[in-house]
Amino acid sequence: MNSAIRFILNGEDVTLGDFSPTDTLLDHLRLTRRLTGTKEGCAEGDCGACTVLVGRLTETGLRYEGVNACIRLVGSMHGTHVVTIEHLAASDGTLHPVQQAMVDCHGSQCGFCTPGFVMSLYGLWLSNENPSRAEIESALQGNLCRCTGYEPIVKAAEQVAKARPSSLFDPLERDRTEIMAKLWSIRSAMETIVIEKDGARSIIPASLEAFAETLSNEPQATIVAGATDVGLWVTKQMRKLDPVIFINHLPELQTITVEPNSITIGAGVSYSEAHGFLEAVIPAFGVLIDRIGGQQVRNAGTIGGNIANGSPIGDTPPPLIALGSQLTLRSHSGRRTMPLESYFLDYGKQDRMAGEFVEKISVPRPPENAHFAVYKISKRRDEDISALCGAFNLMIDLDGHVENIRIAFGGMAATPKRATHVEQALIGKPWRWDMIAAAREAFDQDYQPLTDWRASAEYRSLTAKNLLTRFFLETAGAPAQLQRFEMEEA
Amino acid sequence: MDKTTFEMKPAIDGPMHVSRKHDSAHKHVTGTAEYIDDIPEPVGTLHGGLGLADRAHAKILSIDLDAVRAAPGVVWVMTADDIPGANDVASTGKHDEPLLATDLVQFHGQPIFAVFAETRDLARRAAKLAKIQYSDLPHWTDIDGARENGAPLVTEPMTLRRGEPETEIEKPPLRIQASMNIGGQEHFYLESHIAFAIPGEDEDVTVWSSTQHPSEVQHMVAHVLGISNHAVEVKTRRMGGGFGGKETQSNQFAALAAVAAKKLKRAVKFRPDRDEDMVVTGKRHDFRVDYDVAFDEKGKIHAVDATYAARCGYSADLSGPVTDRALFHADSSYFYPHVRLTSQPLKTHTVSNTAFRGFGGPQGLLGGERIIEEIAYAVGKDPLEIRKLNFYGQRGSGRTVTPYHQDIHDNVIARIVDELVASSDYKKRRKAILKFNETSPVIRKGIALTPVKFGISFTLTAYNQAGALVHVYSDGSIHLNHGGTEMGQGLYTKVAQVVADCFQVDIDRVKITATTTGKVPNTSATAASSGSDLNGMAAYDACRQIKERLIEFAARQWQVNRDRIEFLPNRVKIGNEIVPFDTFIKAAYFDRVQLSAAGFYKTPKIHWDRAAGRGHPFYYFAYGAAVSEVSIDTLTGEYIVERTDILHDVGKSLNPALDIGQIEGAFVQGMGWLTTEELWWDTKGRLRTHAPSTYKIPLASDRPKIFNVKLAEWSENAEPTIGRSKAVGEPPFMLAISVLEAISMAVASVADYAVCPRLDAPATPERVLMAVERLKAL
Repeated sequence: MNSAIRFILNGEDVTLGDFSPTDTLLDHLRLTRRLTGTKEGCAEGDCGACTVLVGRLTETGLRYEGVNACIRLVGSMHGTHVVTIEHLAASDGTLHPVQQAMVDCHGSQCGFCTPGFVMSLYGLWLSNENPSRAEIESALQGNLCRCTGYEPIVKAAEQVAKARPSSLFDPLERDRTEIMAKLWSIRSAMETIVIEKDGARSIIPASLEAFAETLSNEPQATIVAGATDVGLWVTKQMRKLDPVIFINHLPELQTITVEPNSITIGAGVSYSEAHGFLEAVIPAFGVLIDRIGGQQVRNAGTIGGNIANGSPIGDTPPPLIALGSQLTLRSHSGRRTMPLESYFLDYGKQDRMAGEFVEKISVPRPPENAHFAVYKISKRRDEDISALCGAFNLMIDLDGHVENIRIAFGGMAATPKRATHVEQALIGKPWRWDMIAAAREAFDQDYQPLTDWRASAEYRSLTAKNLLTRFFLETAGAPAQLQRFEMEEA
Repeated sequence: MDKTTFEMKPAIDGPMHVSRKHDSAHKHVTGTAEYIDDIPEPVGTLHGGLGLADRAHAKILSIDLDAVRAAPGVVWVMTADDIPGANDVASTGKHDEPLLATDLVQFHGQPIFAVFAETRDLARRAAKLAKIQYSDLPHWTDIDGARENGAPLVTEPMTLRRGEPETEIEKPPLRIQASMNIGGQEHFYLESHIAFAIPGEDEDVTVWSSTQHPSEVQHMVAHVLGISNHAVEVKTRRMGGGFGGKETQSNQFAALAAVAAKKLKRAVKFRPDRDEDMVVTGKRHDFRVDYDVAFDEKGKIHAVDATYAARCGYSADLSGPVTDRALFHADSSYFYPHVRLTSQPLKTHTVSNTAFRGFGGPQGLLGGERIIEEIAYAVGKDPLEIRKLNFYGQRGSGRTVTPYHQDIHDNVIARIVDELVASSDYKKRRKAILKFNETSPVIRKGIALTPVKFGISFTLTAYNQAGALVHVYSDGSIHLNHGGTEMGQGLYTKVAQVVADCFQVDIDRVKITATTTGKVPNTSATAASSGSDLNGMAAYDACRQIKERLIEFAARQWQVNRDRIEFLPNRVKIGNEIVPFDTFIKAAYFDRVQLSAAGFYKTPKIHWDRAAGRGHPFYYFAYGAAVSEVSIDTLTGEYIVERTDILHDVGKSLNPALDIGQIEGAFVQGMGWLTTEELWWDTKGRLRTHAPSTYKIPLASDRPKIFNVKLAEWSENAEPTIGRSKAVGEPPFMLAISVLEAISMAVASVADYAVCPRLDAPATPERVLMAVERLKAL
């Protein structure tokens, strides 16, 4: 057992054994390291002023991703390379091309959001040599600017895409081999790490087995992968958590298995990693993932966490339920698998026993003749929490009758929930407008939504019905929703 | 002799009227621009946390702070009893805003105590441990509730009246009476409020404050400490955004930090969490406009009678001048032959609303544009035709007098609109949209062109003054200071351009220094778009004085006539001799020329008699217009802004790049106000949209897909402002009204444009869908 985590911060090797499980990376950077270029704008992962890059080893090599330092916990930094705004410019002060483009395009006004934007643009620049406008906007979904109106920032992203100086200039390209070697050495020396400070423990298990065992001994532990939800328990509710088990580093939970009839996603797979796999098989799912949080949240947050926390408005459960996904829970003593909808018992209550954790979710591939759609409705198109999110999975037989349909919504009830009355009103009936019109009314039997700041009950009810109409129109090939960019542009 | 200064450059770097990057751009992109939270803390610095009320309106029965005091790291817990001077941070002098509540809570989240601890985290945790008992009183949080409960007004209302509105409104054949609800807006500056106080000897205290108004913070800190202004120095290098939210709202944090710093003799930092910032600081005022308009069959307005009611919150703050400015802009760009406009600044049990870019003007203007829309649907015409029919006229037209009896001399709105109609291809696109809507069942489009005319000057005449301090050091480098504050708008850059231009030296020679009450006293807030008008002129005045002395010196020393002395780029031509600027300055120093000057400026011509509703409150007007095209989804109410074209008048721009940045930024911020930014209070009076997770400002993917912004390059200010430029901070905010009206047109399409959709703001997808449903049901 070990009592310190190891990571790389910019150009420095860090061994850190003195932190509490609720210490955030942002506070560590600003207060302990005095790296004040990274800013706190909201402390909840929405504004992106705290964006830093985190490099980690993946199957494809060293991957750098923007994350929100404000809700990233220090305990999850083991075996990573943390890159802050201070690392970009050359030692003689020459700006990195990303920074220079922001200056040239007048991309900063008050400047407070700017380091975060630079880091997001840098993450994009590293991973995409020729981003489209849609990709630029997607990369900037997790960064708020209140001054510029974004136009000059998008222009800076376009301008810098063309600027590709010698790789020696870029600190991450230059040091890639060395950083990889260091991270490999940290990984290969992995032992379970336990750190106690102020009476609270951080546990970083060496393996999935060790995790299962730890959890069976510590069933009250808080499990943290990306911390995109738990981070807010810390920064906003100021909860004390003890112990916290960090699992984001466990490769066993980060596997994606594509089989002829299904895709199985490990609980530690981030939205960003799952995106490509899901999009390839179920394009509508990919579009939805693009609208979950900002890029930083998608880089850190996991589909497993989105399920495990049992939110009534989690965005992935509705499509996963509509697709008939199976959830596997694991504990020290074994596994059990259930249909995902059975996992959600009631508001804030899930069918997860002490010592169990979400291991993976298996998503059936819709058959060739299936129509699948998922629609997210929110006040702001991107980086918003759904007012409601509805998924439709339809099979029509050769006579044009509904062979089967599964409909699930989030935001309409205390849990993500099937619209069984609507389904029953449609199954066996011709897929025709008059049948749809009749089935719409059945939504009132399935859901009695609430009024809150995201939407009124009336709006939720009406829109749920209208989404069925939209689905019907789309299966008939009629354009029935807005696209900011044509699909080929994206 | 420095070689670079002797270069025979044809022009300096950074003169006026040239695009120039923001002075801090390099520091912004490297993370080295210092905000207050980045300043190294002295040993022993303490951190403040706020104890907030969890009632909207209640008597406080008891406050038990034992657990707070006993919490780890807590050094001091402060209540109103600990305030040495006045428990009052009301900017109005009305004494209606206690720093800490004593026996009465007037909004949910009102601060009751403050805790100071070794770390910010410990202070925040301790603040949650108080036990406070209340006795609830009836509360109301919105305009409806205020009216139902006969709520008092927080300040004197105003009426503007011209002609005979009471009788003339009966005469024309057509008349519409209706209402519009306009939501408020959170500033969402990216840097939340912060104050950092460092105690000095005697009564002295220095406060770094993220504020648009260092002088007011100085006065308020002195007032709360019960000491003279001269003991308090307030400094502001830059804010991470202000937008009006740091005009008066900084006072409370500065005062709390200063009281604790003096009491504990330690440095004290106060930085609320984002959620607390959104709960305890004021916002843009919500308005209800009840309008009554009479017009003829062509759509020409004959008389307007409108009441502008505002949700002001629990105290006056700036609600008086905000509601006044709403009335000043209720005419938008239109001549009302007979008019009566009345304000109703209502008290509500919500945080006291405050300044926000446009300062009531946007709400005033939006009411005026709604009236145009109503008329257009009533007479079945393109709203643009109605606009053109009702624009203020040129001199001699008999259509130049505003409801406040100021004659408009500088009207360029017709030219701007005509040019924009042409450059945006408005007519053809509108036709295409009408055709598209005929055959599109779900997606509908809309397009609208809306104008802006915005009055420039503080309506309180005394605020229209500014000071600057310029030193030329003996090496030829220049130190610039003025009373304006930098919040991203580029004021420091523009004023430095003025100084560089004036002395004809490269702008890098001018050091821009943090705003401080110790260098320029009695300043006004950097607000009302006035920053460069006022401070640019004050700095120019300081430079002029120094230059005058230098010319006098040169004429004497070189024995030449004054008219043979010329400031060329980085050098001075004296007779036939060319002298590098720094050599010249050194010579002036040795001749004991005073190389420092305090500049001053006060705006001429303006006067205002509020009681009579008459005067000349604005020095000049800024104009602009925008065309926006949107698509909406009639099944969900979602929308996309497809394209926006803007033509805006900034006079002769001091810095076109910065001005375009102001226009683009203001437009998108205005768009947020009218679309996705919704403030939502629950029945207990709690603000539930108190963080970016719940309060949605625009993202990059919300800005217009095509966004063409141009300056009216032919424009020059009719008044002799600095470089004949015009103010730019606020006016373009209102260009976003084009988006709301375009959405409205798309909604109207479902009822064949026969009915005005009366879309309230913000037009969230929900409001859009409900308007579609309402019109479909007709």
